[in-house]
Amino acid sequence: MTPRRTRIYWTAFAVILALLIVAPFGLPEFWRRFLTEILIWGLLAMSSDILIGYTGMVSFGHSAFFGLGMYGAAAALLTSRPPSLWLALLYGLIAAAAVAAFVAYFSTRLRDIYFAITTLIFSQIFYVIIFTWTDVTGGENGLAFSRPALAIPGLFSFPFTTLTLYWFVLAVVTASYLLLRRITRSPFGMVLQSIRENEARTRAIGYPVERYKIVAVMFSGLFAGLAGVLYAVQNRFAAPDFVFFVVSGETVIYNIMGGIGTLVGPIVGAAAFLLLREGLSRLFPYLASVVALPGLAEFPYLIPLGVIFIAMVIFMPQGLLGFARRRLNE
Amino acid sequence: MPTTRSFTSIWEYDLLEQILIQTINGIVVGMILALVASGLTLIFGIMDVVNFAHGELFMLGAYVGVVTLAATGNFWLALIVATLVVAALGAAIHVTTLRPLLGRDPLNTILVTFGVSLVLQNYALWQFGPVARKINEPFVGHFNLFYLEYPWYRLMIALLSAAIIGALWLFLKYSTYGVWIRATTQDRVMAQAMGIPVPRLLTLVFAIGSGMAAASGVLFGPLVGVNHAMGLDWVLKAFIVVVVGGMGNLVGSIAAAIFISLTESYASLWVSPSQAIIVSFVVLILTLLLRPTGLFVPTPK
Repeated sequence: MTPRRTRIYWTAFAVILALLIVAPFGLPEFWRRFLTEILIWGLLAMSSDILIGYTGMVSFGHSAFFGLGMYGAAAALLTSRPPSLWLALLYGLIAAAAVAAFVAYFSTRLRDIYFAITTLIFSQIFYVIIFTWTDVTGGENGLAFSRPALAIPGLFSFPFTTLTLYWFVLAVVTASYLLLRRITRSPFGMVLQSIRENEARTRAIGYPVERYKIVAVMFSGLFAGLAGVLYAVQNRFAAPDFVFFVVSGETVIYNIMGGIGTLVGPIVGAAAFLLLREGLSRLFPYLASVVALPGLAEFPYLIPLGVIFIAMVIFMPQGLLGFARRRLNE
Repeated sequence: MPTTRSFTSIWEYDLLEQILIQTINGIVVGMILALVASGLTLIFGIMDVVNFAHGELFMLGAYVGVVTLAATGNFWLALIVATLVVAALGAAIHVTTLRPLLGRDPLNTILVTFGVSLVLQNYALWQFGPVARKINEPFVGHFNLFYLEYPWYRLMIALLSAAIIGALWLFLKYSTYGVWIRATTQDRVMAQAMGIPVPRLLTLVFAIGSGMAAASGVLFGPLVGVNHAMGLDWVLKAFIVVVVGGMGNLVGSIAAAIFISLTESYASLWVSPSQAIIVSFVVLILTLLLRPTGLFVPTPK
């Protein structure tokens, strides 16, 4: 980047971050939580962008990493007294990394659609294990636990409020973003992008492509697991629904809606998707009360959401961010 | 049904009898799975479309069957109506969502069909509610199979599925459209150059695959309840079958469908059916490790 663009970038970064820091002051309780969720899903989507956008591998198995992060956190929070946030992070990341290593070892042997399907099936393996191993995972009901306090033993300890949890999540997501940005700009990230552009040539130059892919999947899984830990802390439960492949599908949707290969795009996509869903879920009951058609209130709002997504894949393949960028350049 | 037997009770009967019963169960389920998977593999083989909405077409077929059966009381009519309605729906889906993606990366088709499956599933939930519906079996006879009264209907499912797959094979082999379809699978550009109406053909193939999914939904309906989420299990299993059988390979898919159902049936002698699916996951992993091009295809050179 030219110095001027670098300056613009960091100015924009600081402005947006400042806005995000003060945003909850103007918002009621519900929207503060909603904003936290957007950030968490955004982190999950951003983690899969390393694969989709930078390495050219579409993972349909991110629910496994996210879910294992969740259950890892659950294990820590249920066994340690008092529940420790740092232990939850540690366990969650270890669980996600272990699963990511396992999935990466097998799935990176395949490319394109085959990679997508393999990751999907792997995530389902973990779903079935978690769903049926009721003694340990709570099966269908999942696990509930209490939220840990933000504490450093011997120094300080204060319980999370909605507001402080939001700031904590914002800090983690911002740090992850900067770290991921650094990774994608490192020589390692350059190799990943060269794999995306031309795998055969990258191999011919002498890069061990398989090894790079495995590490990429593991990085991606690690950040997805981090999102899972945050989600577990925010909602105080871990449930098998979050390991189900539909979550992976939504992760890909966030990426596509926002624009892949940008890191920020997936967060924008997650925000757009979740806001749209929330808006549509309120729209139909509202419309029903306006036009006095009671049947309309039950209209499934996910149908227009699906239609919008389909239209975006067809007409806006670069996502919202890519679309906006092209408009700005014109 | 023996598949729900608990761990302790399987030893109350002779193991050999158990195995025989599970063999029959495995083949019956395997034939339905083959019917679902051959539609999926046909669609993948000819147009590089990974159809995530296949399970939803299966589910919608079952629902159209429920509605027609309630209106007419005739199971066979329900089967035919469901097949035709869902085939028409499949053609409509193809024209509106998949045709614009021709020539783009096949991964786009996963995304679009994922969106389609979201729409269809929520439509079904809205229209039919969360309570499972029942399709009555067209006939209720049983025959004695060791200690079990085994329903004839289950055997008939296997035969009918085989008949439909056989009809598909004959269609591909001898009809004009079948020849065109095979030509397009081999080389789409050349086929187009020879004057084959490729876009129309692709729509036809998608309609055929959808119709087959719907037919299997109606046939399978009597064995389980019909609900809006029933497609999810099937689409996953069908994907496993398609990968294990070798992507786009019809014969391989059928062999893989039966192979996987049999292993799952045998596994459910020892573990619960919901855990038995892990066995097919393991089959898939081993396949990917040892023969990534598929188990039931000739060794690639």
